[in-house]
Amino acid sequence: MPAAAPPDDRFTVRIQAEDFDTAAEVAALSAGRVDIGAVVTFSGLCRADDAGDSAPNGSRLVALTLEHYPGMAEEEIRRLVDEARARWPLLGATVIHRHGRIVPGENIVLVVTASPHRGAAFDAAAFLMDWLKTRAPFWKLEERAEARSWVAAKEADDAAAERWTAGTP
Amino acid sequence: MKILYFAWVRERIGREAEEVEAPEEVRTVAELAAFLAARGEGYAEAFKEPRVVRAAIDRRHARPDAPIAGAREIAFFPPMTGG
Repeated sequence: MPAAAPPDDRFTVRIQAEDFDTAAEVAALSAGRVDIGAVVTFSGLCRADDAGDSAPNGSRLVALTLEHYPGMAEEEIRRLVDEARARWPLLGATVIHRHGRIVPGENIVLVVTASPHRGAAFDAAAFLMDWLKTRAPFWKLEERAEARSWVAAKEADDAAAERWTAGTP
Repeated sequence: MKILYFAWVRERIGREAEEVEAPEEVRTVAELAAFLAARGEGYAEAFKEPRVVRAAIDRRHARPDAPIAGAREIAFFPPMTGG
């Protein structure tokens, strides 16, 4: 039996073009441990009608291309994970964000949080997603039949991020 | 210092990175944006609404009044839309 990994090994941030296996990531986070009582998983997928409210003539989304700031994207998400660890008793977390061209139905982002009890895992996962959307340097370019356009930031996302603002770093 | 541009800021300026020597009186992120906006049509278009464009100094988010002295890498980009 391999020894249990030190706690810091259970906090992972990856920025990658390739897809990820959600079940494998969840299994890796909790493998060989008996202290984790709750694992919460959030997957963000590319939707066929993404930002459909702003779609010109309602034309279907063909693909999203996610541009990112190499280096800062990973560093910023690590800072968000550090902030989550300061707020909740997390035993592990995995955040994976894809970049490049992604078609409807494919994964974009994964957040997995682990803690002794469910409250912290739920809250930390929601916090990470809310802050990731407004702070992680990624930009979505929509590709439709007729046009390519940058997705505009949503005020609802800012509001979602601000509900955690007490003690903003 | 090295300046990076992303998403529609990059498209409007027509390049993703460049070396810029800003004059001494350019001290903050906002002053750097104004200095860059004067470099040409694409730059002016990119910084047309300066409050919309976000910035990072050495890969950390920076406010418009943040000092740029000593920065190695400054990036300008639209509000983020990942996730």
